Amino acid sequence: MKRILMGASALALIATGAMAANTSIVIGDQLEPPHLDPTAGAAGAIDNVVYANIYEGLTRFASDGSVIHGLAKSWDISDDGLTYTFTLQNGVKFHDGSDLTASDVLWSLNRARAEDSVNAQKTLFASIADVSAPDDTTVVVTLSAPNGNFLFNMAWGDAVILNEGDDTEALKTKPNGTGAFTFTNWVQGDSITLTRNENYWGEPAKLESATIKYISDPTAAFAAVMAGDVDAFPTFPAPENLAQFDADPRFSVIVGSTEGETILATNNKMPPFDNVKVREALAHAIDRNAIIDGAMFGYGTPIGTHFAPHNPAYLDLTPQSNYDPELARKLLVEAGYPDGFTTTLKLPPPSYARRGGEIIAAQLRAVGIETEVTNLEWGQWLEEVFKGKDFGLTIVSHTEPMDISIYADPDYYFQYGSPAFQTLMEELNTATDVATRFGLMQDAQRMIADDYVNGYLFQLAKTGVANADIRGLWENAPTQATDLTAVYWDH
Amino acid sequence: MKKAFKMPGFAIGFTMATVFVLAAFLSFFWTPYAVDGVDIANKLLAPSGTNWFGTDHLGRDIFSMVMVGARTSIAVAIVAVGIGVLLGVPLGLAAAARQGSLLDEVIMRGNDLIFAFPALLIAILITAVFGASAVNAIIAIGIFNIPVFARISRGAALSLWTRDFVLAARVAGKGRVRISFEHILPNITNLLIVQGTIQFSLGILAEAALSYIGLGAQIPTPSWGRMLADSQTMVSFAPHLAIFPGMAIIFTVLGLNLMGDALRDLFDPKQRRDRQ
Repeated sequence: MKRILMGASALALIATGAMAANTSIVIGDQLEPPHLDPTAGAAGAIDNVVYANIYEGLTRFASDGSVIHGLAKSWDISDDGLTYTFTLQNGVKFHDGSDLTASDVLWSLNRARAEDSVNAQKTLFASIADVSAPDDTTVVVTLSAPNGNFLFNMAWGDAVILNEGDDTEALKTKPNGTGAFTFTNWVQGDSITLTRNENYWGEPAKLESATIKYISDPTAAFAAVMAGDVDAFPTFPAPENLAQFDADPRFSVIVGSTEGETILATNNKMPPFDNVKVREALAHAIDRNAIIDGAMFGYGTPIGTHFAPHNPAYLDLTPQSNYDPELARKLLVEAGYPDGFTTTLKLPPPSYARRGGEIIAAQLRAVGIETEVTNLEWGQWLEEVFKGKDFGLTIVSHTEPMDISIYADPDYYFQYGSPAFQTLMEELNTATDVATRFGLMQDAQRMIADDYVNGYLFQLAKTGVANADIRGLWENAPTQATDLTAVYWDH
Repeated sequence: MKKAFKMPGFAIGFTMATVFVLAAFLSFFWTPYAVDGVDIANKLLAPSGTNWFGTDHLGRDIFSMVMVGARTSIAVAIVAVGIGVLLGVPLGLAAAARQGSLLDEVIMRGNDLIFAFPALLIAILITAVFGASAVNAIIAIGIFNIPVFARISRGAALSLWTRDFVLAARVAGKGRVRISFEHILPNITNLLIVQGTIQFSLGILAEAALSYIGLGAQIPTPSWGRMLADSQTMVSFAPHLAIFPGMAIIFTVLGLNLMGDALRDLFDPKQRRDRQ
């Protein structure tokens, strides 16, 4: 027995020795992407793999949410705010070996804004009137109206630059970008492997390879991190386990902000929710702090409108929809529902929705609103709720950055789209002056809060866990991404 | 009945099962706390004098939830067994009454067909297609009880059809249907009771399994299976969340199985001798 034990400890020594030269990482994630083309799909799981690692745009987000240089080395904005002249970085090559030229940018932007574009965020490109490429390293974009958000828009994963003429169907399983990592392998249902791009134009990645492993079950995720099968889980699905990781010196818990406004989305066209009094009653029936505590174990910031609290233009409107069940009951009486009513509450898989749903159902029951709760998988949710609009209430986190403009679309699943809000968004799109933009953003926040469009719950926290020796992971999530370019092991 | 209680297995099993039946019954009138009352401030409390089994992650009293969960489990199992008996027994008797006929073949091959499917898989299919609810779980579990009862009643009935008293009844001019219900059925009741007890415990397990994967009773109705599923990520720091509903399932199923075994021994002394 003793000999076996000695053998084991010798093995352990060898293992630690090997770890000192660790240049690979296994990242855990919950959702596997449907494909790998960020310009042809809305799934955040795509960006979680490719953003900054495989594909790059003209600009990009840094971990703190600021917009920095991407493939564009520099840019000039004309005085009228209509013409953007981008100069591209030197020596950029796609992973297949071809050079990045201005015509690739031209092709990518034109493809994204085309009539038949499959881009999930076409509004990002809506203000572009014309794109031209006077020479190989210069791209000139002309806007139809000034757009203070243009550089921000170009930083999205949906605006990355592809190689002109690539078969876009093939890119879905074999991406060809300019990033610091090349795509190596995708074992469907299991993992995706990336390898360092040795010909990268910028500072090369420190890791030689990275594997993104898909573990959908929170219990399995917990076990995988505990056992060291996964080195980091940037968005850990079970907040209740973070305290245990925190207490364990092998791990560090990384808590930051996300762009995820978690809302009790309300079908504004479905009676009785077409009555603003009912929606107001809903807002007062909900106790945000109980939801944050109960569903997220304290991780999350209360919000009173659809805006990220870390944004400088954020207004704290939570007092307007404070927890007041008495008032909620009174409002229901005024709205003509003295005995309450019954509606549906459809919940996607994340624990903020499932657990939050149980809490909200109990809180609504307390003011007389009965809910029929249905648990849905993501596919069913997209089909029934997002596309089919067949729901009364649902809980979901909107993780796109600065996405208040979704309220202008009358066909968006919660079906608000008030004309006054649409006008406001048009004004915002053309405003370039920072103070004016802030004013308009705050007007927009107030307008949707005054109309009680949805129940505003909390800003989702980014709760990640990683091996304590890993450095360089993003603390915040300004966009959906697992940027590995600066990650390394510190032993 | 008196004889049954002299058997230790029956007495123990009966006591265990009765505790939960009584708890389920009591829960209609009284539980220590409301089970749909979410109270986040008091979440994850350890078992104590005020909350005997502690509270769960949403601050609900686990003792109350186990009580109401017993109601859910028992209701699902009773109705599911009921479906099996009400449909399966007449089918089995009909098949036996017309042994070798086309009717017999159709019924028994239909049974074989249902037997050939993995029960839980079909239950998942049914609840996935028609929506997850306690009612659909009952139907799904009930369907798989039909062939069990059909087969057992046909087998027992076949041996009875050759007996003299049945022959006498036939000579007296009674029809096959009447004989089946007046002479055959009373003589296979013991067998059905034993099988019913076993199926009852299997029904409770199936309900727990379906609820565990989210296809049984829906929130806010508490169910043992869902309590286990909810506790999964918290077992390491709040084990009481899993221990109590888990023990409830074990005790009920064990109790019913002990009862079923004892009853079999009682009703079928021959088999008991064989085993000894």
